[in-house]
Amino acid sequence: MVSVSMTVNGKAVSAKIDPRTLLVQFLRENLLLTGTHVGCDTSQCGACVVHVDGLAVKSCTTLAVACDGSTVTTIEGLAHDGALHPMQEAFREHHGLQCGFCTPGMIMTAVDLVNRKGHTLDEHTIREELEGNICRCTGYHNIVKSVAAGAQAMAGHK
Amino acid sequence: MYAFAYHRPGTVRQAQSALHKHEDSKLLAGGQTLIPTMKQRLASPSALIDLGHVAGLAGIEKKGRNIVIGAMTRHADVASSAVVQEHLPALADLAAHIGDPAVRHRGTIGGSLANNDPSADYPAAALALGATIITNKRKIAADDYFQGMFTTALEEGEIITKVSFPMPSKAAYAKFPNPASRYAMVGVFVAKKGSDVRVAVTGASNDGVFRAAPLEAALHTKFNAKSLEGVSVDHTSFISDIHGSADYRGNLVTVMAKRAVLKAQGK
Ligand SMILES: Cc1cc2nc3c(=O)[nH]c(=O)nc-3n(C[C@H](O)[C@H](O)[C@H](O)COP(=O)(O)OP(=O)(O)OC[C@H]3O[C@@H](n4cnc5c(N)ncnc54)[C@H](O)[C@@H]3O)c2cc1C
Ligand code: FES
Ligand code: FES
Repeated sequence: MVSVSMTVNGKAVSAKIDPRTLLVQFLRENLLLTGTHVGCDTSQCGACVVHVDGLAVKSCTTLAVACDGSTVTTIEGLAHDGALHPMQEAFREHHGLQCGFCTPGMIMTAVDLVNRKGHTLDEHTIREELEGNICRCTGYHNIVKSVAAGAQAMAGHK
Repeated sequence: MYAFAYHRPGTVRQAQSALHKHEDSKLLAGGQTLIPTMKQRLASPSALIDLGHVAGLAGIEKKGRNIVIGAMTRHADVASSAVVQEHLPALADLAAHIGDPAVRHRGTIGGSLANNDPSADYPAAALALGATIITNKRKIAADDYFQGMFTTALEEGEIITKVSFPMPSKAAYAKFPNPASRYAMVGVFVAKKGSDVRVAVTGASNDGVFRAAPLEAALHTKFNAKSLEGVSVDHTSFISDIHGSADYRGNLVTVMAKRAVLKAQGK
């Protein structure tokens, strides 16, 4: 067992874990933050995307112990005081989800994209950037619309 | 995943002695290849030596006529580096198209070169640019470094610390990504330095990355996409799989080489 400490959604957490523990397992099983999903478990689908030190990563392909000392944000960390984050609101408004399984990863990827590339995003950029996120329901069209609208809305946020 | 012990050295020397001390241990860089492989139980190291906290392994600098990139530098940082964009834009472009954003945030140049996947992108750049792979023990010329798929000149316990890329006068990478995995079906890196032209091909061969001598000769005569008309490489040892036959990949090599030349000329 090894000990890890990190800040998850603004809260300091520490635990003793098996070094094999993936970040996604640590989040879901130790911290009971089940908003982060496991779709493929083979690094392809992006359902497990969270932010580690401000950058989108696949939490099924990251060891929890490698995140010792890091700051992690999950989908649960986006809403504040009962108000959805603008990107979440945009997905609701533009029907960017059907079953919702891919949605936490899509939203975390989208927020990371806006952080890196700003608020005005063309369709091509959004589609390229969603390369690592798979959705089996929507056909992506409304996800792309949601991301563009969410990116704009984030400009007035914070 | 099988159980393993976890070690977090702070220096290259400590990493080296940890590797030495723990039999069947492996270095962990970005984990974007190693962790999926361990999850599938295709690798079962007794211990992981995490390079994530080793001082001085990440970073990019221009040293004379070379761009020197630390082994732990993430793909995203190479892609967005102002130094690389200015002096070696072909490499920034290559890094920007590896996998997806999340993979680029963790995957490293050292991990990619150590792994030498036959479809990986960085090996093509290293070979075409005539890079030098710098380890804790020695310097290895790219021409001697790549030795077939998943095989390199690295010895037991050897750690890549840096990669030095000489700056070319013209260079570009053209990749035909597999639509599902985004790895290269064929990727061609073309580099011109003075009158010397080097062309490296990834994704195509069962022997991993290689230099395409017929294409180099044609481009040496005249650095122009037209020079490649009707020129092809021997594709008898090429990969044939559900994604494409050896013939198909053979044809793609010339097509991608032409695109790379046009891109290098800013067309
Ligand atoms: C979904 C997905 C898509 C991808 N698409 C692409 C793509 O399009 N093109 C592409 O090129 N790659 C792609 N990759 C692979 C990615 O680039 C990996 O990051 C890279 O191949 C390995 O780098 P890493 O830092 O993650 O290394 P790790 O996975 O941590 O390590 C890989 C191997 O290298 C060894 N190693 C690591 N660092 C060193 C070092 N400094 N010295 C000696 N040995 C070392 C490790 O022991 C291990 O054996 C993809 C990966 C995923 C998951
Ligand atoms: S569960 Fe992590 S990428 Fe699919
Ligand atoms: S909404 Fe069902 S997988 Fe995307």
